[in-house]
Amino acid sequence: MRKNSFATMPQFKDDKVFDACGIAGFINIDGQCENGIKIKQMISILRDRENGLGGGFAVYGIWPEFADQYCLQLLLDDELVVELVEEYLKKNVNIIRDEQCPTGDNIHPAPLVWRFFIDVPESVENPDDFIVDLVMGIHTQIPGAFCLSSGKNMAVFKGNSWATDIADFYKIEQYKGFLWLAHSRFPTNTPGWWGGAHPFNILDYSVVHNGEITSYGTNRRYLEMWGYQCKLLTDTEVIAYFFDLLTRKQGLSKLIACNILTPPYYDEITRMENGDRNYFKLLRINYGAAMLNGPFSILVACNRPVPSLLGLTDRKKLRPLVAGISEDSNTVYMSSEESAIRYVEPNPSSIWAPTAGMPIIAELGTGLISMGGDRILRPQKLEIEIG
Amino acid sequence: MAFESNIRHNIPPKFFVEFNRERCILCKRCTINCSYGALSFNGERIVADNYQCVMCQRCALMCPQAAIKIEVNNFQYAPHFNYDDRIRRIIYEQSGSGGVLLASSGCDLPYHQIFDDLLLDACQVTNPSIDPLREPVETNVFVGRKLAQLIPEIDSRDVMLEMDYPPNLEIQEPLIIGHMSIGSISYNACLSIYKAAQEIKTLAGSGEGGLHKDFYKYKDHIIVEIASGRFGVDTKYIKGAAAVEIKIGQGAKPGHGGHLPGEKVTKMISETRMIPQGSDALSPYPHHDIYSIEDLAQLVSALKETTDYQVPVGVKIAAVHNVAPIASGIVRAGADFITIDGFRGGTGAAPRIVRDHVGIPIEIAIAAVDQRLREEKIRQNVTIFAGGSIRYSADLIKIIALGADAAEICTPVLIAMGCTVCQSCHRGLCAWGIATQRADLMQRLDVNMASKRIMNLFRSWNEELREILGAMGIDSVESLRGNRDRLRYIGANPKIAKVLGVKHAGE
Repeated sequence: MRKNSFATMPQFKDDKVFDACGIAGFINIDGQCENGIKIKQMISILRDRENGLGGGFAVYGIWPEFADQYCLQLLLDDELVVELVEEYLKKNVNIIRDEQCPTGDNIHPAPLVWRFFIDVPESVENPDDFIVDLVMGIHTQIPGAFCLSSGKNMAVFKGNSWATDIADFYKIEQYKGFLWLAHSRFPTNTPGWWGGAHPFNILDYSVVHNGEITSYGTNRRYLEMWGYQCKLLTDTEVIAYFFDLLTRKQGLSKLIACNILTPPYYDEITRMENGDRNYFKLLRINYGAAMLNGPFSILVACNRPVPSLLGLTDRKKLRPLVAGISEDSNTVYMSSEESAIRYVEPNPSSIWAPTAGMPIIAELGTGLISMGGDRILRPQKLEIEIG
Repeated sequence: MAFESNIRHNIPPKFFVEFNRERCILCKRCTINCSYGALSFNGERIVADNYQCVMCQRCALMCPQAAIKIEVNNFQYAPHFNYDDRIRRIIYEQSGSGGVLLASSGCDLPYHQIFDDLLLDACQVTNPSIDPLREPVETNVFVGRKLAQLIPEIDSRDVMLEMDYPPNLEIQEPLIIGHMSIGSISYNACLSIYKAAQEIKTLAGSGEGGLHKDFYKYKDHIIVEIASGRFGVDTKYIKGAAAVEIKIGQGAKPGHGGHLPGEKVTKMISETRMIPQGSDALSPYPHHDIYSIEDLAQLVSALKETTDYQVPVGVKIAAVHNVAPIASGIVRAGADFITIDGFRGGTGAAPRIVRDHVGIPIEIAIAAVDQRLREEKIRQNVTIFAGGSIRYSADLIKIIALGADAAEICTPVLIAMGCTVCQSCHRGLCAWGIATQRADLMQRLDVNMASKRIMNLFRSWNEELREILGAMGIDSVESLRGNRDRLRYIGANPKIAKVLGVKHAGE
């Protein structure tokens, strides 16, 4: 029996973690890549929102030279597990390159971190589904291994410590990306574990989450119908799976997905004009079980159809979310608190708080397509000027 | 061989009517009110034939002097745990009459109540609870088939949705009124129910007795039932109703048909059921055109054709041992909703042996069906109604958390109208004017008052549901549906918790 495993899930009887956390993220609209110093500054100032039991980062645009390969980043307990994983991957995929992720020695004890750039075999019909199964396979078949991230041209770095220490441990200042996410964690009823820190990732969907999902049981059982196994002890995973289900598998836009997760109240719907009323009513009738209830604010990053950063709160806005635009109008920031934005951007051209339940969506190359204001049916093209 | 049916045992009366002679002013109101012939005036004072009393309490509650008290007869046979008094009475009655014993209302045996072993959750610290008086907490439910996914239509970079969608009925709270036919209950009782259903924008079942011509105006809120006897069924009955439901079985009497004796088939009943006056209305045990699931699929299709695919078509079954695979078959046969009726469900008349011993509890049936349909990825194809002893709002909340979309109630509606659950519906002499066809008794039920009381009951349950949702930090009932994480089991049998998919308290 393995003791003090980093990558194997602890056996808590309750199957989810209650969080109260800090979240931060930004996207450079022109695609300019920058290192992890700014995101570390943003999350570090939210120290009051964490308790040293988990922190993490996600970065997009990190592997331009391997942009077409899936990058699996893994937490592994020891060398033996590294061999097991390598063996498992060799059986299923073509490993283009693998390397140990350089880590600092500021956290003890700590797991090994390994990354694999892989191609799926050409015979595979749906590479994304194949990767999802591969990740689920690693989690269920190889004790001591946990997959941090599995998307293309992105990576997740996370662990069980203060967010700044995690940043130093993974040396995130050495990586560059155009989109960064960060999370600092305050789990309240179960000890943190490395795999349970945020961002939570599947393919290129990464989620950082502050809050608790009171509809978790309903959401989980709905997702199980579509083949998702929610076994990672965190309610956050349902959010990542919903984006995967609604946008990747069902082909709905991110805006529609958000309108499904946090729909307007029936009272509001009744007052809408015909087209909007039918649209929202239909979403509520059909996707009632996908609605997220309880207090939360989330940031979601993904690569498809274009790389984008998305912020969303619950319908009553019981957790904070603030957004801002940089002085040069090239960067969109989102965070739990305004301080995180002002710390790195002393003169923002704009700072605002979104309406409860309304998404802020910023896309690479386009800019803001939703400000999180009034309910909108079609994407607004509020393009901001690229400096 | 001839059976002698008139060799009854001496059986003691179940109840005694006690009079306070000092308070009695001999107004004789009790003798008029007793419809069972238990009370009379002998020229000097009120006297009771205790054998006739059913403890409906009409006399006691109507007495202006509160001078009447009905007491349970404490008569006891020599104690024997195994052959207790209940068993001995059954044998005496059977050996005296040679008949099948009839009963009404729901099973009255003390089977364990699983509902009472389930506790609800609430928020503390990590998430805020919601005050439903200050914040929106929604209880709307849509009845009908949902789709696995909405089909996006790609229009440049905007994605719009395909708007063609199966028919869905909106109800304001996850609660409807079940099927009680005209015949089993009175015209006034039906009218009270339909009026209330219309006011509170919910649905009410027609029962299997057809729809009286006066009630067609409430059809927007009526689920018309197609039972094995097809009483009162024609296209006029089916078209224009809110929904159509094929009744395969009833929780109180799974595997049984209906039985309305000829003496109850009055002119009005005969017109409504479309059968000759005075003839027995016996609905067959099975539908004789449904001997298999494929036959059911044909009837579902025929009804959808008849209603131009404009209303949901559902199927009602009793909760029997194999309820989950049966429900799965029904979904695949095309039903838009399923009503599952637990073994404690009520009835106007049923053989006692069936009422008390056949079927399974609704809690287990709903948990099993919900889980099975999810495993088969067809849960969204149907709305699930749970019936069969949803006694009060706590049961409603728990059954939704176990997986039902909505509950349907009958006995609580009758109690709201004034029923005292004396369990004598099958005799047709209801002193409260509810389960009777006698005009003089029926007029005792004030339609206006009764419908308002039903409305109050629904409002009260809905407010209590909203209170619990708010405490759970949930602002819409769809986030409670199937949310078994918010239930904990505190009973003695962990196997039940496992079957229900609910954790034990402390886990």
